[in-house]
Amino acid sequence: MSELHLPWLELAVLIPLLGSAVLSRMRDSQRARNAALLFSGLALVCAAGEFVDFTVMHATQADDHFHLLTFLFGRPFLVIDQLSAPLLPLTAMIFFMVVATTSSTKLRRFSFPLALLEEAITLAMLSCKEPWGVIVLLGLAAVPPYLDLRARGKPTRVFAIHMAAFMLFMVLGWSFVESEGGQHHAHSLIAVIPLLIAVCIRSGIVPFHAWLPDLCENASFGTALLFLTPLTDGYAAVRLLMATSPSWVLKSIGTLSLITAVYTAGMALIQKDARRFFAYLFISHSSLVLVGLEVVTPTALTGALSVWLSSALAMTGFGLAIRAVEARRGRVDLSRYLGLYSYTPALAGLFMVTGLASVGFPGTIGFIGSEMIVDGVVVTYPYIGAVVTIAAALNGIAVVKAYFSIFTGCVHKASVPLEIRGRERFAVLTLASIIFVGGLFPQANVLSRHHASEELLKERNVDLHETIGGGEAAHGAEATH
Amino acid sequence: MNPSHLFGLIIIAAPLVMLAILGISAVSRKRPLTETAIGRIVQIGIITGFLASLGMLAYMLVTGTRHVPLYLGDWVHVHSGFGSDYHFSIKFLFDRLSIPFVILTFVICGTVGAFANRYMHREPGFGRFFFLYAMFVAGMIITATSGTIETLFTGWELVGLSSALLVAFFHERVMPCRNGLRVWTVYRFADAALLLASVVLHHLHGHGDFDQFLSELPWPAGVTALPPNWILLVGGLLLIAAAGKSALLPFSGWLPRAMEGPTPSSAVFYGALSVHLGAFLLLRMSPLLDQSPLLCVLIVLLGLLTAAFGAFAGRVQTDVKSALSFAALTQVGLIVAEIGVGLRYIALIHIIGHACLRTLQFIRAPSMLYDLRNIENALGQRLAAEHSEAAPTKAPAWVYRLALERGYMDALLDAWIAGPFVRFFSACQALETRWTKWLAGPDAGAPSCPTSNAPLEDLL
Repeated sequence: MSELHLPWLELAVLIPLLGSAVLSRMRDSQRARNAALLFSGLALVCAAGEFVDFTVMHATQADDHFHLLTFLFGRPFLVIDQLSAPLLPLTAMIFFMVVATTSSTKLRRFSFPLALLEEAITLAMLSCKEPWGVIVLLGLAAVPPYLDLRARGKPTRVFAIHMAAFMLFMVLGWSFVESEGGQHHAHSLIAVIPLLIAVCIRSGIVPFHAWLPDLCENASFGTALLFLTPLTDGYAAVRLLMATSPSWVLKSIGTLSLITAVYTAGMALIQKDARRFFAYLFISHSSLVLVGLEVVTPTALTGALSVWLSSALAMTGFGLAIRAVEARRGRVDLSRYLGLYSYTPALAGLFMVTGLASVGFPGTIGFIGSEMIVDGVVVTYPYIGAVVTIAAALNGIAVVKAYFSIFTGCVHKASVPLEIRGRERFAVLTLASIIFVGGLFPQANVLSRHHASEELLKERNVDLHETIGGGEAAHGAEATH
Repeated sequence: MNPSHLFGLIIIAAPLVMLAILGISAVSRKRPLTETAIGRIVQIGIITGFLASLGMLAYMLVTGTRHVPLYLGDWVHVHSGFGSDYHFSIKFLFDRLSIPFVILTFVICGTVGAFANRYMHREPGFGRFFFLYAMFVAGMIITATSGTIETLFTGWELVGLSSALLVAFFHERVMPCRNGLRVWTVYRFADAALLLASVVLHHLHGHGDFDQFLSELPWPAGVTALPPNWILLVGGLLLIAAAGKSALLPFSGWLPRAMEGPTPSSAVFYGALSVHLGAFLLLRMSPLLDQSPLLCVLIVLLGLLTAAFGAFAGRVQTDVKSALSFAALTQVGLIVAEIGVGLRYIALIHIIGHACLRTLQFIRAPSMLYDLRNIENALGQRLAAEHSEAAPTKAPAWVYRLALERGYMDALLDAWIAGPFVRFFSACQALETRWTKWLAGPDAGAPSCPTSNAPLEDLL
């Protein structure tokens, strides 16, 4: 296995962990934010360093230089490959952006130590390929949101029940997988079904989605964003389900995801609370990613991995825009017009740009990925695949409807300045730049995701000739646009 | 470089550069562009594109070329080594259909741009208006010159978004926002139909290049290689897309609503260009229509019904923009019917003539009312109203009501589609709430979502 030139992975995980310990002793929330910004910024630098190092090496997978954790665990614990290499800087950037844009009104409600702890766990999970390591870290990642709910005095049962069920089914399923002889071949139903249910719960597939709107509604919105937007459920699906499940199981979860995508897109349209609206919109997008992941054809998988990145980015920006509006206006009721455009045109712009990027509007980073998913799905499910376009249409309507509700419809009269501040402006410009640059020059991203998809298909022991011959090429439609 | 390629590049690049400059300047808070600078950028962009399109026309006439493809390479190209390639080509096409449409776009957008420069003077959203205007021009040019269905879809979406946001331009009022959302909703479903048609084409034929599946014969000639039984499906989806964009039945309800936008955008969108985009799509796909008589019959019927509806509802409209929009709808219906019976060149000439006339009417309408009042003030009396024969005086009241309510088109869509949709999902919402409450247990207490919407300054 190739080695990175520096221990980027271990540093990216240990720096926020250290930061969490340091911040837990700080009482001044202003200082805590500045320190959190420093630690998450350093983690971002390390994650970006890892990505650059890995890209320059042209390796299929690599581990750290100093093997500190390898020494502790006895085998390589933190390893990156084509799939996870860009996920780390993306996740680190999400955390950095959320910390950076936390407004003064939210300082007391948002826990920076928990945010950094969550960052360390998520980065560790995304750079871990050991199944039990992924399972344990997925479980640990649910702890900070749970603590946040408790600290705010909000009901925790809905979240706790779902996460406990997720862990139970995950442990049960993987125990059976191991008893049947490890991964990389199709397993029996008794092993696969618990894993399938676990992934459905974690991804918020209908009818297991109740925890997601509940979390967005009750936890601090920043915490909910950090837990959701890295799309770690997709990582669980790829690492644990894809390698062990027969094709019909993957098709089943794909069909369930399709239904979920349309159902939650419809639900997003009728929501009156902005957080619940965000939750349903998010489920719809993450379901579309799952649809592509479970179709298991090169085109759909490449599309899904591209949309994974674009959705994570776009939904983070979208969530940050809602969070910034909340910081100025309190909880946002979408059944009323707020007319905030004249005070925060840049925020309105970010809201629109990220919303449109999330639905794959042409020229934005999500466009090509969405096209590839639709192509791949139609090849596998010729009739049901059309449903993806309905979900995308509904999501697009929901985004613009929310835009009109929040930013237009009346003249908002404010006696205090509500315009966008420096750190928010930085986030707006950074996100918008990535969305447009990624949209206008998609080749590098799509190519890297294509390589990742081929690696995944090889890991699944899929004969690509067979896939092409039996599926896509047979329909003469492997997307030669 | 071949001169045709140079002209083609300038035609495509001019509106895109204009859009980029206006977009980037919009995010600059310290030194936003002045009205004069914006006007100058628009002027340069439109004139450059217009001159290049004239150059392309001259090149085609002189050399006798009827078909100039401009292939800019693959935007995305993925090769897996297993015969499973993914291409997204950027290709533009200049022929007897696209060149007239491009010239029409530049002429009308240039005229309306110059008009809007004065009309929108000192409006708070001057920069926003011209940014959306530039997006529209770019969308129109991309759509008109697209050589693949994906490129066409890209331009189609840009036109849709700019239309909806311009309808809601006066966004400090509720009605423009509601109407903008209505327009966007119809457009999204039309876009979904176009995307589906594109995907089905890939599924059947392997690519979305017009030269490949409509043959390289210059427009309007061309032969489609699709299986006959699938032509009706693809054609039907394209017809839905065209109906949504051109406000054909049953989507006509959004057209008068779109008049909430500023007059210049109403003129360029709903009098001249955007409203003809559906007809343009049918013209571009006309080799497909030739293969299916049933599809042609459907198109003729839809066109005639729309024309009749436009004439019927337009006769009782009480404001000039609505009356003009229904008049435009009548003509668009006739154009679609002409396409259905195979009169492709007649339809193209009809589009050009109608777009020019309607633009003039739209941008003259506000000043004409102003002039009329001035004349009446000077005379000191009302001008004698000529007896209008627009609507028969002996028609029953319900006929007037039907026309005034625009055939209850919106009400029917609300009752049959929006209503059941909202009721179904509201019922699901109620079920979910009960389920979540049950899971949360009896100690969950009061609703967790604070309903206070007090603005920050009230809380302080």
